[in-house]
Amino acid sequence: MTTLTADGASPLAGVRRFLRHLLYVMTDNPMTAFAFMLFLLIVGAALVGPWLVPYDPLATNAGSTLQPPSWQHWFGTDQLGRDVFSRVVVATRLDLMIAVSAVAIAFVIGSTLGAIAGFYGGWAERITGRCMDTIMAFPLFVLAMGIVAAAGNTVENIIYATAIINLPFYARMARTEVAVRRNAGFVQAARLSGNADWRILAFQIFPNSLPPMMVQISLNMGWAILNAAGLSFIGLGVIPPTPEWGIMVAEGANYIISGHWWLALFPGLALMLAVFTFNLLGDGLRDLVDPQRRT
Amino acid sequence: MRKPLLDIQDLTVEFATRHGTVTAVQRVDLQLHKGETLGIVGESGSGKSVTSYALLRILDRAGRIASGSIVFGGVDIGGATERTMGEMRGRELSMIFQNPRAALNPIRAVGRQIEDVMIQHGLATRGNARAKAIQTLEAVKIRDAEQRYHAYPFELSGGMCQRIVIAIALACRPQLLVADEPTTGLDVTTQKAVMDLIVELAAERQMATLLITHDLGLAASYCDRIVVMEKGKIVESATTEQLFARPRHPYTQRLMRATPRLDAQVSDLLPLDDSRRVIPSQRPAGPPLLEVEQLVKTFGKRDSADAVRAVDSLSFTVHEGESLGLVGESGCGKSTTSAMVMRLLDPTSGSLRFAGTDLATIPAKAFARHPLRSQLQMVFQDPTDSLNPRWSARRSIADPLMRLGKLSRQDRYRRVEELAERVGLPGELLDRFPHQLSGGQKARVGIARAIALNPRLLILDEPTAALDVSVQAVVLNLLVKLREELNMSYLFISHDLNVVRLLCDRVMVMQAGQIVEEGPTARLLSEPAHPYTRSLLEAIPHPPAMPATLPPPLKESA
Repeated sequence: MTTLTADGASPLAGVRRFLRHLLYVMTDNPMTAFAFMLFLLIVGAALVGPWLVPYDPLATNAGSTLQPPSWQHWFGTDQLGRDVFSRVVVATRLDLMIAVSAVAIAFVIGSTLGAIAGFYGGWAERITGRCMDTIMAFPLFVLAMGIVAAAGNTVENIIYATAIINLPFYARMARTEVAVRRNAGFVQAARLSGNADWRILAFQIFPNSLPPMMVQISLNMGWAILNAAGLSFIGLGVIPPTPEWGIMVAEGANYIISGHWWLALFPGLALMLAVFTFNLLGDGLRDLVDPQRRT
Repeated sequence: MRKPLLDIQDLTVEFATRHGTVTAVQRVDLQLHKGETLGIVGESGSGKSVTSYALLRILDRAGRIASGSIVFGGVDIGGATERTMGEMRGRELSMIFQNPRAALNPIRAVGRQIEDVMIQHGLATRGNARAKAIQTLEAVKIRDAEQRYHAYPFELSGGMCQRIVIAIALACRPQLLVADEPTTGLDVTTQKAVMDLIVELAAERQMATLLITHDLGLAASYCDRIVVMEKGKIVESATTEQLFARPRHPYTQRLMRATPRLDAQVSDLLPLDDSRRVIPSQRPAGPPLLEVEQLVKTFGKRDSADAVRAVDSLSFTVHEGESLGLVGESGCGKSTTSAMVMRLLDPTSGSLRFAGTDLATIPAKAFARHPLRSQLQMVFQDPTDSLNPRWSARRSIADPLMRLGKLSRQDRYRRVEELAERVGLPGELLDRFPHQLSGGQKARVGIARAIALNPRLLILDEPTAALDVSVQAVVLNLLVKLREELNMSYLFISHDLNVVRLLCDRVMVMQAGQIVEEGPTARLLSEPAHPYTRSLLEAIPHPPAMPATLPPPLKESA
């Protein structure tokens, strides 16, 4: 956002303008406001959840296994007597952390590669393009499974795997967005002003390509959460008993037949809510970073 | 009196926007008879296009006809069903749009597109559509119609595409043709050919034509009657002779004054009491500043058959303090020349001596940080495209100062304010983003940025082509003033000889990469030697001369 604050204007004015714009985007579209509220809820659960929950998510209690939802245990208890509500809330941090890191890595590397390819063209473009095509040629989830299985069952490896399968989307998008602006008038003008190529790319073209990528980031967040949970569901990645939505659904799935539906339902709902939030958030984010909407 | 073909009464069109309802067209009355050509003249935002969209009922979703009636050939268009309108459009009412390339389907052969409209309206069958389409192509004077039938829009020039659009519009022999800026973006010679064609076809078919344009000269040459619109209202309506002999409304007078004509000086474009008027003084040309010798630019592989020599052995000199015009039609190589002089593009061969240094030996990539970079600056054609949409005006103007100027933060801040004042940009607009500025204001930001480093040579690449005439008048005066105050040399690139004449001491005419004629402005335009220069001059539509004394303007309420 530093590029938006005018030369000479105080940073405080910039922040105030941003907040006013944020408020405007919220009131303009109630759906966006709703999505932002859900987003704050999820972030809040991730940040302070572990201190708020009523039970230790790892504490087993042989005396009260498989209890249905009640006032004591809002979401019931699992086969080892652990409180499902506490586990669902505590799991938010891990799932969100995996998704945010994976998307951040994918965005930074993918959009840098794509921007360079789009700006310089030629060999840079050909090599990046073919590498991305190679990644896209695999069924992406199977590729992620392969990476985690080969590199080892750790949280870092889930992050890397998720980042790698998301790379091509950012690279392609950045390439197109940068390529259409490569010869725009303001780029020529920047050359006349004595800007070096890298500076034009980083400070003039790239920020202008951000709005569509914001939508992509948001959609990808949902997808990355789903992906991480999917990997855990099939037993790759996060190791029990760590609370994680994918594992909880996987474990709970065994008990659905015997009528203990709450084990799988609540982590599943949490997963759905998270994906839903990020998908809704996309449009709002675009409005927030698009200068045309700042009036 | 006979009944008009088109009768618009009290038409008001409103748009629902985020900031409430905006009235784009207010209580407009128009009558158009069979065979008549009516011109609607106005500047951007005057509601002239919206009127025509309402007439064809193709307003976008936010717009609606709030009141008034549109009756065309006895049919009430305002109340007609969408189905009736579908049958009417193309068959009874047709429209030609501004950008012919955007109006054609890029992946369908042009002949097919003509067939589509005829088959749609039941005027041809699959069997005879092809022959009819070729006939139509011949009617719009496309050579080798049989071969062109299979051409795709990207294979044709802008003028050819506009002919195809006309062919499609006229395929079903409509009674009314609406032409919305049909020649904006086309070269003058093409403009003349296209307009002559429209008028000829209209006369042949007894068709009524509604010509929407911002160019008074064009309207004067081709219309029987002219309606002048300002801010959604009709301010004056008269026959062409009457309007030019006795313009009554102050806005019409201002518009007429701002339209460059043969006998005008740059100061004549603005009213007498306008403080922005500048009377240029004659100044002797100094020593040579830029000497271009044998400049060549070849695109494509060298020595191969399909290599294109965009610029072919070009030589010219710009003296200190001189303003040199470079005139030519699109594709003649003038933009390539300016890119090479600006060192944004490397020439294939030749030399560019600027103040004693041969710039052609410095690669374009390395020139960004060269000390001479600040001496050579440029004002771009499209003021919108040339400003970073995420930067405020202040940031845009400050950019060259930050990169090449060695100023402290406070000095830079002051310098930007000073530049804004110099180009007449109100200080409070400096913190706005480009989309919050008008075209003229954006042009000023572009000029302020270009002169920020006190350049010695300024290239002006059609700096007023995207502006309304009244804004153009102000910007041209500003450019004359800046040149005198800052002692800059101009290389003024344009397709509009009328504008070049106002600003340049010397003119070069360029065709197919070569200079065909060069000389002092007055002589070149009064006694052109080369046939190409003559054809360019003849193609310009001229508004009739200004009446020596204007009648006293009516009150604004008229």
